[in-house]
Amino acid sequence: MDVAIAQRPVRLDRRYLPVVGTLVVLGLMLTVGGTRYDNFLSPAVLSNLLINNAHLLVLAVGMTFVILTGGIDLSVGAVLALSSVVTASLLQAGWPAAVVLPLAVLVGSVIGLAMGVMVHVFGVQPFVATLAGMFFARGLCFLIAPESIPIRDEAFVSLASLSLYSGPWRVTAGVLVALVVVALAWWVLHLTQLGRTVYAIGGSEQSALLMGLHVARTKVLVYVISGTCAGIAGLQFAMFSRSGYALTGVAMELDAIAAVVIGGTLLTGGTGFVLGSALGVLVLGLIQTIITFEGTLSSWWTKIVIGVLLLVFVVLQRALSLRKT
Amino acid sequence: MTTPAPEPGTVAAPAREPVVEMAGITVEFPGVRALDGVDLRLFPGEVHALMGENGAGKSTLIKALTGVNPVAAGEILVAGEPRRFTGPADAREHGISTVYQEVNLCENLTVAENIMLGSEPRRLGGLDWRSMRRQAREHLARMGLRIDPASSLGSHSLAVQQLVAICRATVVDARVLILDEPTSSLDTDEVAQLFRVVRSLRDDGVAILFVSHFLDQVYEIADRMTVLRNGRLVAERRTAELPQRELVSMMIGRSMELLEEVDRAHDAAPERPADAVPYLQAVGLGRRGSVEPFDLELYEGEVVGLAGLLGSGRTELARLLYGADRADVGETRVKGTATRLRSPRTALAHDVVYLSEDRKGEGVVGDLTVRENMILGLQAARGWMRPLPRRQVDEIVEKYIKALGIRPANPEALLKNLSGGNQQKVLLARWLATAPRLLLLDEPTRGIDVGAKAEIMKLVAELAADGMSVVFISAELEEVLRLSHRIAVMRDRRKVAEIDGGQDVGTDDVIELIASGGEAR
Repeated sequence: MDVAIAQRPVRLDRRYLPVVGTLVVLGLMLTVGGTRYDNFLSPAVLSNLLINNAHLLVLAVGMTFVILTGGIDLSVGAVLALSSVVTASLLQAGWPAAVVLPLAVLVGSVIGLAMGVMVHVFGVQPFVATLAGMFFARGLCFLIAPESIPIRDEAFVSLASLSLYSGPWRVTAGVLVALVVVALAWWVLHLTQLGRTVYAIGGSEQSALLMGLHVARTKVLVYVISGTCAGIAGLQFAMFSRSGYALTGVAMELDAIAAVVIGGTLLTGGTGFVLGSALGVLVLGLIQTIITFEGTLSSWWTKIVIGVLLLVFVVLQRALSLRKT
Repeated sequence: MTTPAPEPGTVAAPAREPVVEMAGITVEFPGVRALDGVDLRLFPGEVHALMGENGAGKSTLIKALTGVNPVAAGEILVAGEPRRFTGPADAREHGISTVYQEVNLCENLTVAENIMLGSEPRRLGGLDWRSMRRQAREHLARMGLRIDPASSLGSHSLAVQQLVAICRATVVDARVLILDEPTSSLDTDEVAQLFRVVRSLRDDGVAILFVSHFLDQVYEIADRMTVLRNGRLVAERRTAELPQRELVSMMIGRSMELLEEVDRAHDAAPERPADAVPYLQAVGLGRRGSVEPFDLELYEGEVVGLAGLLGSGRTELARLLYGADRADVGETRVKGTATRLRSPRTALAHDVVYLSEDRKGEGVVGDLTVRENMILGLQAARGWMRPLPRRQVDEIVEKYIKALGIRPANPEALLKNLSGGNQQKVLLARWLATAPRLLLLDEPTRGIDVGAKAEIMKLVAELAADGMSVVFISAELEEVLRLSHRIAVMRDRRKVAEIDGGQDVGTDDVIELIASGGEAR
């Protein structure tokens, strides 16, 4: 009666290979940077790496959810800007920070919800729906305030300048938020039915439906999650820059997508890890840091290196999936 | 489930209450009555086969039961209670699980998740992965499957995936299990494995509805049969009381005549003249890791069959001939002239066409109409800059719908709404419309019913009689033998033998050749 199917020897599951690849690249960059430049591996530089990229970390987390279902969210850069502009203008108008902060995040959630409904209920391509969301949010920014608004609200400023020190290491409120978001996302993706449904939809939406999973609810929710993350990232950016400006975050959605892809998530959905995306963000940040350290290089080299790296990773993933079949 | 399980190995007595009783079911689609007053009874502890040609209404009946198709008239009783399900998920909650022909699971998730999601164990703080794996392992073990629940589903063969799908269906307290063509992509061993599982579920008192085109399998597993034809109920009988011949004639009636015509056309084939030049000749053609170098001559008016087990290189050989895969060594000659067929486009330019075995992936464009699908090949050959005149299109489409007996005979129907056999006919028509000289048919009869098979075989025989050269690939040796003038035997990605077809060659001879690697003769 028994049907023996040979157990394969224990080895690294190939699902983790892309993430391991990212980890290797990250290690290489740290080694190269550490040997080439003095002070590269200093706590101050590494702390700044996190501080400067905290908002991108949160954007990438939201993007991971969407991409895992096989979708894409082009609106996050604009929503980030909107959230920061809403924060700055409401604080300027004298609203208390305790009301403004949740409201700014909520703006992101609502835009995400609208896009999710467009994608799922009306069957609009995610690319188109979120493109519309992007234009809408960006336009709204300019409607509220075309100029940069400085933030002088006391409560907000004290929150923004909050720094925790542990020896030479420094952590800001923005970084703490980012770490909590990453941990929360990991928990949702791996330990809740919602998370597994996200993966199932990415694997095969039709199958997920026939398996009786909550496909509709989940497909809308991932856009809400991504919008909410963009809202939070807007707050982080407002803290980081102490201002709200309609032109922030232009093309930042592309950085987020790049981070997710470099982190080993397939754009077709179904495979990838949120921790991979976090590593992807760090890789992007390190490229920037290295080029700053190099000094003579134009900062546009960052884009070129990111482009090359992206290409290498996508080809690598393709090769992996080809070998599988 | 209060009904006692029957003695293992014995057929359950029909005296008990049916768990599902469908009476007078009528389903209407725009312009078509797909089902007309059909009855179906499923008893606990019984395997019930639903038989019928393509388009007879088997799928429609299943979909009517699970709530996918709305029922225009009739009654559905589940455990004595009248019910109308809103969809597969609703049906599943009431103990009616369906496993489809295509495995509807997520390859990117683990086996454990695929089995347990929807009824997964939880603990404080989220999913309990450890007990999820443990429970999955228990469910698998009950079915006699020993695979690692933590492995990803995509790393297993289609057969194992199919069994995992059944395993998922049994996690909820399934009283009725519907298996829609579960065996169409499995080999003999895998089918045996599946049947062991089906029998043990039956012995546990589950009512199983089994749909298959393989008569042998149906007779092996089914206790009772319901036969449909053209949306109507023909009969419900116990398997033991229904001889195979009678079943076939119930299902189709006229296909026996068709098969006799195939034989006549085959026998009437004229001798090839001694100085004939093959239309396509392969000399030492091969590709590393795909097919070892082989010689093959394809003459006009001849059907060459490729026999061999699954994965013996039949498809790979055809793809080499068509230029879909590029050859490393050897050459091809078209009508005696050395010609490299380096891409399907070149092959098409030399009137060589290939009908893929992967109907879903490489042929059917489900969201286009029958008409659009049919002229796709011809239009591609003409180039997109010169659209075919509409009148000509209509003529072609009408001609092939009639010639191949495509049902429904509606050129505007979306191809995805047609049954498998009719989709295959449309694909065949697509290539026939380009007036090919060499037709490479890879499993053209797979997953379609006896009647449609006979029709397609008859068509192939006629095409050859009209002077076309045909390569016929099929897992069913009898079909290969019936049609082929010559048979190339494949094994382990190598052509091991070539024999002449004819009345005196039987399946045993070919099996012998496959088994011995061509050394027996």
